[in-house]
Amino acid sequence: MRIEGKGLIDRSQTLGFRFDGVEHVGFEGDTLASALLASGQRLIGRSFKYHRPRGLVFAGSEEPNGLVTVRRDGAGVPNVRATMQELHQGLEADSQNRWPSLRFDAMQVNDLFAPFLGAGFYYKTFMWPRAFWEGLYEPLIRRAAGLGRLPQEPEVAPYEKVWAHCDLLVIGAGPAGIMAALTAARAGADVILADEDARPGGRLLAETHEVGGQPGPAWVAAAMAELRDLGVRVMPRTTVTGAYDDGTFGALERVALHLARPGDLPREAFWRIVARRAVLAAGAQERLIAFPGNDRPGVMAAGAVRAYLNRWGVAAGSRVAVFTNNDDGHRTARDLHAAGIEVTALIDARADARLDAPFQVLRGAKVLGTEGRLALKSVTVETDHGTRRVPADCLAVSGGWNPAVHLACHHGARPWWREEIAAFVPPHPGKPGTVPGLIPCGAAAGVFSTAGCLADGQRAGLEALAALDRAGEPAPLPEAEDAPVRVTPLWEVRGEGRAFLDMANDVTTKDVRLAATEGFTSVEHMKRYTTQGMALDQGRGSNVAALAVLAEATGQSVPATGTTTYRPPFTPVSIAAMGAGGRGKGFAPERLTTSHRAALDRLAPMIEAGLWYRPSHFPRTGEPTWKEACDREVATVRSRVGICDVSTLGKIDVQGPDAAAFLDFVYTNTMSTLSPGRVRYGLMLREDGMVMDDGTCARLGEGHFLITTTTAAAGQVMRHLDFVAQALRPDLDLRAISVTEAWAQFAVTGPKARRLLDGILDQPLDEMAFMACRDVQLHGVAARLFRISFSGEEGYEVAVPARYGNALYRDLVARAEAMGGCAYGMEALNVLRIEKGFLTHAELHGRTTAFDLGLQGLMSRKKDFIGRAASERPGLSGPDRQQLVGLKATGRGDAVLAGAHLFPQGAEPVPMNDLGYVTSACWSPTLGLSIGLGFLRDGRTRHGERLQLLDSLRGVDVTVEVTAPVFYDPDGVRMRG
Amino acid sequence: MRLTCPLCGPRDRREFYYYGAADYLDRPAADAAPEAWDAYLHLRDNIAGPVRDLWYHDQGCGSWLVVDRDTVSHEMLSVRAVAEDRA
Ligand SMILES: [Zn+2]
Repeated sequence: MRIEGKGLIDRSQTLGFRFDGVEHVGFEGDTLASALLASGQRLIGRSFKYHRPRGLVFAGSEEPNGLVTVRRDGAGVPNVRATMQELHQGLEADSQNRWPSLRFDAMQVNDLFAPFLGAGFYYKTFMWPRAFWEGLYEPLIRRAAGLGRLPQEPEVAPYEKVWAHCDLLVIGAGPAGIMAALTAARAGADVILADEDARPGGRLLAETHEVGGQPGPAWVAAAMAELRDLGVRVMPRTTVTGAYDDGTFGALERVALHLARPGDLPREAFWRIVARRAVLAAGAQERLIAFPGNDRPGVMAAGAVRAYLNRWGVAAGSRVAVFTNNDDGHRTARDLHAAGIEVTALIDARADARLDAPFQVLRGAKVLGTEGRLALKSVTVETDHGTRRVPADCLAVSGGWNPAVHLACHHGARPWWREEIAAFVPPHPGKPGTVPGLIPCGAAAGVFSTAGCLADGQRAGLEALAALDRAGEPAPLPEAEDAPVRVTPLWEVRGEGRAFLDMANDVTTKDVRLAATEGFTSVEHMKRYTTQGMALDQGRGSNVAALAVLAEATGQSVPATGTTTYRPPFTPVSIAAMGAGGRGKGFAPERLTTSHRAALDRLAPMIEAGLWYRPSHFPRTGEPTWKEACDREVATVRSRVGICDVSTLGKIDVQGPDAAAFLDFVYTNTMSTLSPGRVRYGLMLREDGMVMDDGTCARLGEGHFLITTTTAAAGQVMRHLDFVAQALRPDLDLRAISVTEAWAQFAVTGPKARRLLDGILDQPLDEMAFMACRDVQLHGVAARLFRISFSGEEGYEVAVPARYGNALYRDLVARAEAMGGCAYGMEALNVLRIEKGFLTHAELHGRTTAFDLGLQGLMSRKKDFIGRAASERPGLSGPDRQQLVGLKATGRGDAVLAGAHLFPQGAEPVPMNDLGYVTSACWSPTLGLSIGLGFLRDGRTRHGERLQLLDSLRGVDVTVEVTAPVFYDPDGVRMRG
Repeated sequence: MRLTCPLCGPRDRREFYYYGAADYLDRPAADAAPEAWDAYLHLRDNIAGPVRDLWYHDQGCGSWLVVDRDTVSHEMLSVRAVAEDRA
């Protein structure tokens, strides 16, 4: 029911929406919760375990019952808190956890079995037979007990992640937060003010208080205008969810969830805010009192009833009773009465409560029970003069207020109990586990009056300024309400029937006592045994009451019982928001070569090589699969000429007077003896003696080298060289830098390679020895030419500054094609190198030594180098090692497969008999058979042997012949040409 | 988490590559006993409290850094460039 003239809603803007298919109308400024309450919708959902009818309890993010599924872009988003969903035109929401309908839910039979469904019932009931766990029990439990259903489609809606930095982050825009932000911003600090609500003001929006002689909301509006003028970044709809290291805070902004037409705005944005100081002004959270039947729709928090009335102009009932143990409950009764709503009784548990009120006050009285089927009709009250029934369609309950200490405890410190306000307050700053630089203030620090919050907010602002080395001025504070806190703790009224603590997880006071009886007396154990506080709301409205019940059951005090651990996030954060931008192509950056476009133009399918994309093959008509294209490309390279982009290989430029000595230290072999203009193959070890990488080392000048790495190890090698230079050999004068992206480099390889190059070089090549390098000019551009080969044919690699890469690649391919040559891709490159026994990271996989690879000759005996000492350890060489071999399939149609293992013929395929494995394999069009490279125990003495190649997963069982690892042109005649 | 690179200033953790304990700086002599090499390569303490480890400013200046920090409190105690220490 709406109350004329009350509330901050815009009654000129009506908004149509649907709940469970029924049309309703609300106003601009409503939440789904306030609009439903105004429409008289008392029943909003069914409870998690017992399917009990439930209504709204709170008005904010702590709401345990008002969880609905909201339809967005055609998909249902489950477990949206109706209190946090702003109303917009066309909003469609459905209740959850009921079948077939909210009013009649077949699963409410669960409630009849409640005596068997108490704490620990899963552990006790579904123990055996074990075979039933996955097949029967789990699906059964999941169907019966569960809230909304996740959409089955992948999430495709936009989400965003954002970073921000500031001097001061103020968390919460109530009176304390606003005053802290004003104080800091007036002194010139860079301030972010974040608030969970769509509208700043905190409790000032929910009360009738005046501030500085004007209505609370008007004072807020003026303060917000000043903050904006001061350049404060005000972030409404933003919940600060966690306090992390180094002043980093996580915050979730609801960007477009309140819009009827969000366009391409993200639904939510997850912020990482780095603040030099922070003020925690997150307010307080009202707590309830547990009594039998306290979960009936219509039983609500008193502060929420007041908020619905004052902010949204909604009467939560037409005949309202109030049950309280503190003065704040009286406020709700007074506000309701002033708005013309009948207050049937103010039930105050305190014997000394004030009696002067224009409505019935029952003091020293307690609510013993509630009546009504799907909604509250009356409450049973126990007074000094016996039990009586009080008619009420709404019962407003206040058990006192809990400061929102959560963020102050996110680093592990526990809050402490302040007896005089009967509440936990933030840990003392500076204690172990407190959040450095976080200053709690206002209601979050246990200061509950408006005047107190304004003063404490200013104090926090000044404290932050002092820490930021800025001068701040205390300003005169506006006049405001300054009522003292008067509360007498009351957690539970015992009587017939169940009294609920955690309504979201259906935990009762009896469950907590049962946990204590069964030995789960620590609060952390009780929590896990009963699931208290483990639902979406994290027990924000019930945890303190639950531990008070536990304290009573175990005969301890509340502070001695203590709280459970406060962990981020404060409110649920969708994975989509946290991982925003990380889906699909956003998962990893893409590195593209200069020939990428040209390869796509030739319809080459691209394959990933780390972050790089490289062409697999270049299909031509009449080639149904990659295999035909690959075979043709290999044959073309062997007979004519092929072009391949090899720019992804790491290139590191090493310069300095001691560059040669440095390279002698990082390579196993000697580079200082290399003459300028020459290239040498080199091997690098890790310090543990295993091979790190191989590549070429070209000496461009006396103190100038260019080394290459494999594509896979480029980053690792650069890091390693920096480590050696900075940490191990600071005595050497040199600099090393990655120039991988600076140069485009193309292999031109095959018998016609030289002829092709002569066509583009400004000077003909003449003689160029194998493993030589030189500066050249082509098309007038300064370039580098290396005579090296990864194919086994006469080969060159030509490098130009990357900006010429695209043009040169297209030119090279066109010239090759005119000579009967072609572009070749990764598949052909791999076949060419396997035929020659050249290595890649399939072989250099981190567990192979130079000895294993047959490269022990590259280990210089004359110098120290990285990995030398460790490589000399016993066990890293010798006949027990698995050594590199070649493998040939012997049977017609048989294929060698990478990953398959080698066994003696006839031996049982068990690990004891395992002799080795295949690392690389291919069909060799040159040899006309399937070949592979692999590691075989004592392999170098076994050339000519026949072994069985097995892979039971893929059904491989073929006979292979062991050979030397070079299948093609073993003497290198073609390559040296 | 942020590290203050002596060359680049305070930077996000994502810019750095974490290596491990700073023990790796103390490479034994080439002819040291196998035990010394074993300790250098493999033996590390697993400390709850102040640790000294190596980070590399991968997405920045390429400096190797010696970082003192506390694995319990997450406090950053100091960041120094290896090259400066060794100079
Ligand atoms: Zn740096």
